[in-house]
Amino acid sequence: MSLATPLALIGRSALALLAAIGRVTLFAGSAISHVVRPPFYGREFLNALLQIGWLSLPVVGLTAVFTGGALALQIYSGGARFNAEAVVPQIVAIGMVRELGPVLVGLMIAARVTSSIAAEIATMKVTEQIDALVTLSTHPMKYLVAPRLLAALLVVPLLVAVGDVIGIFGGYVVATGSLGFNAAAYLKNTVDFLEPLDIVSSLVKGCAFGGIAALMGCYFGMTSGRGAQGVGRATKGSVEAAAVLILAANFLITGVFFSI
Amino acid sequence: MTETRPPMIELRHVAKAFGSKPVLRDVDLSIPRGTSMVVIGGSGTGKSVTLKCVLGLIEPDAGQILVDGHDVHEGDRDAFLARFGMLFQGAALFDSLPVWQNVAFRLLRGALRKPKRHAREIAIEKLRRVGLTPDVADAFPAELSGGMQKRVGLARAIAADPEIIFFDEPTTGLDPIMAGVINDLIRKIVTEMGATAMTITHDMSSVRAIADDVAMLHDGVIKWTGPVGEMDRADDPYLQQFIHGRAEGPIESVR
Repeated sequence: MSLATPLALIGRSALALLAAIGRVTLFAGSAISHVVRPPFYGREFLNALLQIGWLSLPVVGLTAVFTGGALALQIYSGGARFNAEAVVPQIVAIGMVRELGPVLVGLMIAARVTSSIAAEIATMKVTEQIDALVTLSTHPMKYLVAPRLLAALLVVPLLVAVGDVIGIFGGYVVATGSLGFNAAAYLKNTVDFLEPLDIVSSLVKGCAFGGIAALMGCYFGMTSGRGAQGVGRATKGSVEAAAVLILAANFLITGVFFSI
Repeated sequence: MTETRPPMIELRHVAKAFGSKPVLRDVDLSIPRGTSMVVIGGSGTGKSVTLKCVLGLIEPDAGQILVDGHDVHEGDRDAFLARFGMLFQGAALFDSLPVWQNVAFRLLRGALRKPKRHAREIAIEKLRRVGLTPDVADAFPAELSGGMQKRVGLARAIAADPEIIFFDEPTTGLDPIMAGVINDLIRKIVTEMGATAMTITHDMSSVRAIADDVAMLHDGVIKWTGPVGEMDRADDPYLQQFIHGRAEGPIESVR
């Protein structure tokens, strides 16, 4: 094996990565332009709101409540090592609102919604339903992508807010039920400690993660290969890409708010 | 008598390759207005690509495609597509919509939008025209048999009374009786509507039932074209091998 082979591999991988970033960026630009330009498909938008928002509530709620409860236990046991058990309400609140709420909701949406969007659109592509849309004078980006993207941008921040509240509630139940915290004091500490910027950062993250989740589902679905294998690859790729991008975006957004 | 009619669809020196594999090399084809052209050829010879090039779903690498004298890549795309109806090979019905909304899809949105009640009435009338009863209207595509899905696809293709109708392998996957029913429906609808039709198939019973004219596509070019009545008498060896289904001949059996 010559020295050039690994270099060529690195070069090809870098070019492929840049090309993929370019394709996704162009796709995102096109999707956003279709969100703001008529015609608008209200029925598809409402259906996307239902699928992405309302039907995700159970999984978001369960994830948040268990995470909040576990977080309270961890903070209590960790804090006990330096006599700081009393900070449970504050750390649960800040941990859920700033970090765990948005990230866990984002990842749950990636698992539940991104995969579903990618599989549905990829199947439509494989079965020529997308070609059929075009022959029926309906732009697939406008009919399939724009409603899902807009719905995710609007509804995922709300899901994050719900997740934050339920997560804090999970911590509250554990702290007051088994760790001996006073209920009123717990709630007061939680409310007093949270700042508006914490809530803003949570909602901004929710909006960004919703956009990423919907875009990745749509992108991988629309660019799916043929057959069942193509649908499978599109679904898997969409969830992987959405999860990684959500975590990367979380780091970037946290950095931005950290510097404010 | 079709020779005297002006062409509705014309393909001039159309070429298309996917990667290094040329599919269409130099396709010349003219379909007179109000006639039914059936394009035959083996699997993978580019029949579907030809059809999708006309619709603008695939852009050819070279050549020109004219519909009613106008280049398909110029002008208002929605107005252009509004002139077409298409029956896809697998019907391509939208799973999430009930049958009547599939049929009336074009009538529920866009330039041809009609009130919902009126669109539903038209959909049920079109379903009746393809031999389906109104009780099918509220079913979902997954609840229908393959033959019924094809009929719904056919009803969708004719819902907006298009001037041009494309049929992509209309009888694939159907039993001979249902294939005969679909062939008869296509012929009847095309004749009654006076539409220009382009069908791609390798089912010879479809060819004889549907076609006014036949074109044989092989190796990226039209090997033979002419009226269906002259097909059996033609001396083109490719055409004769294909229509008689012979293993021996100029068309290689392994492609």
